[in-house]
Amino acid sequence: MKKLMTGNEAIARGAYEAGVRYASAYPGTPSTEILENIALYKENIVAEWAVNEKVALETAIGASMAGARAIASMKHVGVNVAADPLFTVAYTGIHGGLVLVSADEPGQHSSQNEQDNRNYAKSAKIPMLEPSDSQESKDMTKIALELSEKYDTPVLLRMTTRVCHSKAIVECVDREEKEIIPYKKDINKYVTVPAIARKLRAKVEERQHKLLDFSNTSELNFFEWNDTAVGVITSGVCYSYAKEVFGNTVSYLKLGFTQPLPTEKISEFCSNVEKVYVIEENDPYIEEQVKILGFQCFGKNTFPPFGEMLPEVIRASVFGETLPTVEYDEKEVVSRPPTLCAGCPHRGFYYELGKRKNVLVSGDIGCYSLAFAEPYNCTDHNICMGASMSVGHGAQKVFNMQEDSNMRVVSCLGDSTFFHTGINSLMNVLYNNSNTVNVILDNRITGMTGHQENPGSGYSLQGDKTVTLDIESIVKAIGFKNVVVINPNDLKAVKTALDWALSLDEPSVIITRWPCVLKKFSPEDKEEFKDAFKTYCEVNAEKCIGCKACTRTGCPAISFDKNEKKSSIDKNSCVGCEVCLQVCPVKAIGKVEA
Amino acid sequence: MTKSILLVGVGGQGTILASKLLTTGLMEAGFDVKMSEIHGMSQRGGSVSSQVRYGEKVESPVIELGGADILVSFEKMEALRYLNYMKPDGKVVVNDYEINSMPILSGKAEYPVNAVEVLKSKATTVVINAAAEAENLGNSKVMNIILLGTIIKAMGLEEIDWEKILRDNIKENLVDINLIALETGKNLV
Repeated sequence: MKKLMTGNEAIARGAYEAGVRYASAYPGTPSTEILENIALYKENIVAEWAVNEKVALETAIGASMAGARAIASMKHVGVNVAADPLFTVAYTGIHGGLVLVSADEPGQHSSQNEQDNRNYAKSAKIPMLEPSDSQESKDMTKIALELSEKYDTPVLLRMTTRVCHSKAIVECVDREEKEIIPYKKDINKYVTVPAIARKLRAKVEERQHKLLDFSNTSELNFFEWNDTAVGVITSGVCYSYAKEVFGNTVSYLKLGFTQPLPTEKISEFCSNVEKVYVIEENDPYIEEQVKILGFQCFGKNTFPPFGEMLPEVIRASVFGETLPTVEYDEKEVVSRPPTLCAGCPHRGFYYELGKRKNVLVSGDIGCYSLAFAEPYNCTDHNICMGASMSVGHGAQKVFNMQEDSNMRVVSCLGDSTFFHTGINSLMNVLYNNSNTVNVILDNRITGMTGHQENPGSGYSLQGDKTVTLDIESIVKAIGFKNVVVINPNDLKAVKTALDWALSLDEPSVIITRWPCVLKKFSPEDKEEFKDAFKTYCEVNAEKCIGCKACTRTGCPAISFDKNEKKSSIDKNSCVGCEVCLQVCPVKAIGKVEA
Repeated sequence: MTKSILLVGVGGQGTILASKLLTTGLMEAGFDVKMSEIHGMSQRGGSVSSQVRYGEKVESPVIELGGADILVSFEKMEALRYLNYMKPDGKVVVNDYEINSMPILSGKAEYPVNAVEVLKSKATTVVINAAAEAENLGNSKVMNIILLGTIIKAMGLEEIDWEKILRDNIKENLVDINLIALETGKNLV
């Protein structure tokens, strides 16, 4: 059966066909849809959102140890969080097949960095596969599970954004059930005290030799011989790009199994072509191996050191020009940056926070990252998931050392980010006697990645009702005395809470609680937020004095007519959060039942 | 020969459903098909594109600069933004529809006043008012299917059984209006 699938859907299909029983992930672009699609095979696979990537990998390790085939998936920076268990499960090996999917982001479409996670496979000494399209994504998921069991190792499946999110035709087959392998206690394999771990370390080296033999003989690494004046060594989606530009005019060494790299095949290829191009995204991972083997090649000296190696990039790098196109003046086009949605519960909070002076706003990863921009100009930094409260703590400690400094830190993160790793940072704030203001923007869902359930939402990935972890109770149980819960659309409440928190010389927690405007309401939401999104706001043109105060809330539903000098609100976008209504100095904005 | 269709617009306009139906039809007609989108931060209110490529054997899932046979834009300024993805002899179908971006809303920039004229001076351009056409049909949400109709006509893909594709992929009670929308789109080009 043929189906059009994204690479992410194809991995899910591969997991299903290969008899996977357990899957876990933390959402992150471009990896999110892998678990969402695995979750659809509810009768065959238990699929769960973990609180973070480390936990996701660890639960998958447990499932493997107990004898089932298991998968953990995450975005590239998520592997940093999961690196601790990764480097040791690389020693212990597995019981049921274990695959870690890393979705890298050349070009940084939705990410804070462009790290190349192929380095993780090399560093942890585990096998790695790099699919170049959807069919390979499915096939390599299955092969990865087989290799995992054959060589007693976790396997890294390295995806990139374009493979994750491009659709292509995939041939699907039925699921092959894999019986759970009975659990066997084996301390010499799994207890990594130094005496045992040193023996495991030696085994890893043996395995690496066996994997090198596999790499050199596997059909996953193949030649395509054409004219031998030019040879291209490539992997992943760059293979498709290179084929687009060169077609059958050059020879190819296409690498699908890339840890360890097939040294013999690379040597054979380089010996048989006159000029070698290495086309790869991110680091010179293949290029360095080619050079170690003693061959000259054109790699990062010819192609850009970062960004995507799109067809036009390859063409410009090799031929010095791109295809003829329609020329136009880019200045004629206005940028269209992403914005907080109309009705976003972060708007009211950041509108108020943005007015404060002598405040460092310690940011985090989520939709609220956008609060750095106009018109809020709030956020000072965002480093990584959960870092707001810990980076903020460190900064506050240094401000406190300076007698002439009156700087205060307000650290802000979302509900899912709080559960991810923010909770650790918050404990650190209290333990180390801080005086930061800590804000948890609870919009009742994981927003930016497209509405995934989390421990605070009351539902599991596969749609089952589960325990709702209550953030206020957690914060109080940690030991915080100064805790307040507010509606972020109520500007007075936000102002009062900030005044109060900044007046304290102790740490405090402000929890804002209002649902994401795009969230599909659960029965509990319908009960708690009965009146949400049932009105819209309207400008009374006669009263409007054209002061533009409402436009400074940054709401995309509000526009200002320069000729008429009046604001208006698009009633199809407005959901009646009433933030603009509260900032209007002449009460020109009213509320209408939708 | 691989053909490339670039659909662009603003997050939330329905480019994704249009490209899904298009790729499904092309696959069922026996073409090799690839489609590429970027999800994530640009999802809401940002500039979005769906890239559809089909032919006997498609290599790259993304369209190269200067590689698109047709640019279908759900919004005027977005058509300008993606012009350099067009082949010099490519066609532009542009929806006569404006969505202001944040710099425009906040008064920091002006919406390009003569977007349609600029487009016409650069490439063979068909301007349609899909919003008004959709309103005429009684459902503003079928705007994307009207635009799909224009692609089908412009790319000579009328032979494919689009009625079946729509019936298989759209809620039963909405099939009829979408079939009319598809015909409307075809007649606009």
